[in-house]
Amino acid sequence: MTGHDHSDDHSDDHSELGEMDLRVRALESVLTQKGYIDPAALDALIDTYQTRIGPRNGARVVARAWVDQTFHEWLMADATAAIASLGYTGRQGEHMVAVQNTNEQHHMVVCTLCSCYPWPVLGLPPTWYKSAPYRSRAVKDPRGVLADFGTALPETTRIRVWDSTAEVRYLVVPQRPAGTEGWSEDQLASLVSRDSMIGTRLADAPADARSAA
Amino acid sequence: MSYVTQADLGGLPGFGPVTPEPEGELFHAGWEPRALALTLAMGATGSWNIDASRAMRETLPDYRDLSYYQIWLAALEQLMLQRGQVFPDEIATGEMRHPAAPVARVLQAGNVPAVLAKGSSTERAAPGPARFAVGQAVRMHIGKVDHHTRLPGYVQGKRGTIEHVHGAHVFADANAQGLGEQPQWLYTVVLDEAELWGDAAPRQNLSVSVDAWESYLVEAAA
Repeated sequence: MTGHDHSDDHSDDHSELGEMDLRVRALESVLTQKGYIDPAALDALIDTYQTRIGPRNGARVVARAWVDQTFHEWLMADATAAIASLGYTGRQGEHMVAVQNTNEQHHMVVCTLCSCYPWPVLGLPPTWYKSAPYRSRAVKDPRGVLADFGTALPETTRIRVWDSTAEVRYLVVPQRPAGTEGWSEDQLASLVSRDSMIGTRLADAPADARSAA
Repeated sequence: MSYVTQADLGGLPGFGPVTPEPEGELFHAGWEPRALALTLAMGATGSWNIDASRAMRETLPDYRDLSYYQIWLAALEQLMLQRGQVFPDEIATGEMRHPAAPVARVLQAGNVPAVLAKGSSTERAAPGPARFAVGQAVRMHIGKVDHHTRLPGYVQGKRGTIEHVHGAHVFADANAQGLGEQPQWLYTVVLDEAELWGDAAPRQNLSVSVDAWESYLVEAAA
């Protein structure tokens, strides 16, 4: 790619593809010509992670654990099997461990070495999870990281950070918010954010807990 | 000592605040999902293992200047160049100019759901009895190694406690070098903040765990 005066193009030429777009297109073309890949498989992979596999899967796991004590115990004892029973298995989730937040202990997950993340329950990791600021600070200054997310915990709450340095993947089970007695599993799942299952936020409080109760 | 990783970031200063982003924001450019899919599809050909691909990524000299999917793409190109699967003139032009090298298998669209759902377990038959037990004090190996490793710098030489025994898993260090899987017992080792960061560091009421293969560990006095 040559002949560009502007490295950062805010040009009005929307038909012009950036350098990265062209590089990826070229590579896809060569790999297709060589028979290494099926282009339709690329579309299927993208569709899977854009529409089928994401943090709503994990939210269902958490909501089930909140309402079903037997499932909760199974999840804590053998997360891989318990999560698989809801249909979430496979790549980057072969060996799952669930950790339960309490008033006494708050869990946070990081991969300081790369970006290891439980894809079947949380989908693809967000940019911040893969970034140097998160990976460098999570193990040394987790309260500072939590502050970046607007999350403040009492000093008495012990923080436990899990560095995913092998193929074991961790799912944080946030605390069930107060004021959700009698809520359905679907309602509860709506309070479970991706970030709460990484441990950088708490589960959302029900904005209208009083009226829902 | 020629192996240099750019990816071992735990505890390093100077990277600034974390910038959160909305849950639905998966990609930030049109090429990123294609780069992801190309990487997964080529990984599925069985031409390399996940540890070898991590080794390729972390040794890219410009690792810290590249975005995440730029790292993936650059590493993918290097892995294929190494194996004669593509050539520089092909990457530059997008045209096949050299015969294809055979690959073990090609991921077909219809097989994507099954392949993703199956994943690839790293648990293997144990090579022998586990050397350490839950509750035991251990010390992490000290010193740099001349290859990919999953022992982060910030825990090297530090004392911790075995908290969980995971069974035997493919040993990343060996697998990354093409030396076979050489499975070892894998442990979760928990370390206290004073041990990790010293008494001078601001207290966080914190403990940190890593997952460590048996050869990363030596016995420590209780």
